Amino acid sequence: MSDAILRRIRPEQFREVILLIVTIGLLAFFATQIPDYFNARSVNRLTTGLAIPLVVAVGQVLVVLTRNIDLSVSSIVGLSAYMVGTMLTRDTGIPPIVAALAAMAIGLVLGVINGLIVAYGGVPAIIATLGTLALYRVALVEFSGARTVTTADLPAWLNDVPSATVASFANYDLRLTVAIALVVAILGQLTLRYLPFGRRLYAIGSNPDAARMAGLPAKRDVFTAFVICGTLSGLAGFMFLVRFGNITVTAAQGLELQVVAAVVVGGVNIFGGSGSMVGALLGVLLIEVLQQSLLRWAGMSEFVKDAILGLLILVAVTADTVILGRLREMWVRVRRRDQARAHEATMTDEGGLAHGA
Amino acid sequence: MARELLRRLRSWEGLLFVLLLVVLAYNIARVPNFLTVTNQVNLFQLGIEKAIVVLVMTFVIISGEIDLSVASMMGLSAATAAYLFQSGVPMVVAILVALAVGAGFGLINGYFVAVVGLSSLAVTLAGYVGFRGLARLLVQDNSVGGFPEWFTDLGQKGLVGPLTLSILLFFILAIIGTIVLHFSGLGRLTYVIGNSAAVARYSGVSVVRTRLIIFTMSGFISALAGVLMAARLGAVRASTAEGFELDIITVVLLGGVSIFGGVGSMIGVLLSTYLVLNLRNGLVIAGVTGNTQTGIIGLLLILSVLVPNLANQAREWWRRRQADANARAPAEPVVEPTRSQAASG
Repeated sequence: MSDAILRRIRPEQFREVILLIVTIGLLAFFATQIPDYFNARSVNRLTTGLAIPLVVAVGQVLVVLTRNIDLSVSSIVGLSAYMVGTMLTRDTGIPPIVAALAAMAIGLVLGVINGLIVAYGGVPAIIATLGTLALYRVALVEFSGARTVTTADLPAWLNDVPSATVASFANYDLRLTVAIALVVAILGQLTLRYLPFGRRLYAIGSNPDAARMAGLPAKRDVFTAFVICGTLSGLAGFMFLVRFGNITVTAAQGLELQVVAAVVVGGVNIFGGSGSMVGALLGVLLIEVLQQSLLRWAGMSEFVKDAILGLLILVAVTADTVILGRLREMWVRVRRRDQARAHEATMTDEGGLAHGA
Repeated sequence: MARELLRRLRSWEGLLFVLLLVVLAYNIARVPNFLTVTNQVNLFQLGIEKAIVVLVMTFVIISGEIDLSVASMMGLSAATAAYLFQSGVPMVVAILVALAVGAGFGLINGYFVAVVGLSSLAVTLAGYVGFRGLARLLVQDNSVGGFPEWFTDLGQKGLVGPLTLSILLFFILAIIGTIVLHFSGLGRLTYVIGNSAAVARYSGVSVVRTRLIIFTMSGFISALAGVLMAARLGAVRASTAEGFELDIITVVLLGGVSIFGGVGSMIGVLLSTYLVLNLRNGLVIAGVTGNTQTGIIGLLLILSVLVPNLANQAREWWRRRQADANARAPAEPVVEPTRSQAASG
């Protein structure tokens, strides 16, 4: 029975299925605890909350796959949100698309800095981005002079974007920002699956030395991953501005850990080489469901949220290593047995032929 | 003699020493009473909890791991002590429980890293989020204060002369840390494991036990630092010590410890501790705000790895260019036949 399943599905695909089951189970559990759990307003709030962490997570997955990490994403989100916000308060005539592109350009520049330091400077990613996490935040503080961008100064269209809806079923909306985030995630998954660049990221993360010796442009690809991650963080910065309007110097602080947690919970190996956008999407969803549901759960202190999140990360990583490790062993054993059997079959066939001749 | 001195200065510790002299000179020039005992005590007192955790983080990073949860642990231990004290438990018991919590969670971190075999980055990331969450659960968004006078006195007043308990503990732990790291079996094992855990295991080193000890110590010392911080500040919030891990890790790496493990010395780390304390002080004098200070230290962190790397790359490139030029030059008789023979043979 289990052999039959193992013949069809790779162990890595189990991870996503398990994650999906856990998320559905969690939703079912909260539905019994919280009255009117699936009302349109809270579902819409949940999906809207997904957009920003999802976009950043897609970039983060690219980086983590190469056995690196980008901790500076939250500062990039904050800085691009603030700079574009300031730009819009000075000239309210700037069209939305230009504002979004400006935010992405800011993210791109910051991503280039990260990529240069890590890929070409040879500085370990955790050191480099821990440093730029602080540096970009300081740049924001210096740039802002501790002033705040407020909704009142921003152009009117900005207030309409968050509620702009692409499609709607009953009162369940698919908001524009969520749709963009989903498109980004799908493009990310397709890149990983079908583009040479995406495949190379797995190779680099699985074994950087082997990838280099095989002639893969490892440095360039790591650099590109950081640049894409920065650009997507810039886009997330624009979404942040659109969603919240008021941007202080502490905007998006702490987002980096939420995203890294989501990516890790989503089964992307922190040592690189395995993981998918689908997993990251499920990780973001699981954490968002948990956070928002705990807030609404009567009799549950909102302070328990982080403690549970920490536990969740630990459980996810442990389950990933222990269970998946065992599954992989079983998978390899089944494959070997099948191969041996196939080999035996051809051997006896050849034997028969030899006798016949 | 002079050459020996120059060689010493070209080491990492030497570079730190020169940097330290520059910063010290600046501070002395700008502040009239900089080198007085009171001023030096104040200088240490402001960052003493971080300095204490830096000592144990040195062990963690040399062993090839990382502990992102230290600052959250400081917050949790402070919150535990405050919560118990508020619930009527005697302060001494509350402190002991807080320290036990630190050692316990440190052991749990160690268990998942050493026994289960997970990445310490992921495990302590969970601790980073989870411990802070537990601290929030305990003190919510209150500020707990009103500790007994002897407790806050321990944190704020001089115990021996002007030296506070925290400063005394720091120096005692620094001496113990140096001896353990450089002159004991545990220290040797820390380096061996950091160089290659696999080689260590095949050599019969108990990798699991050593890692358990290091992570338990990390939790315990962080908890101690958290309690000391509660005593110094006289009040505890859930956000106590938030963001300290960046500073702590920066100081260790700046001290010449490799993030990949196996390399580093306590002397370098102590020098960088004193350097960063002075640097922050100097920046305050120069009118630079706290946030920008963190940025400058972040920049220093990146440069401390980037500059030697780039220098190496440049040297490598230059050597290759020279080799190319030699190869392209008309075949003159090789000056050092023996060496080239050895290379080809």
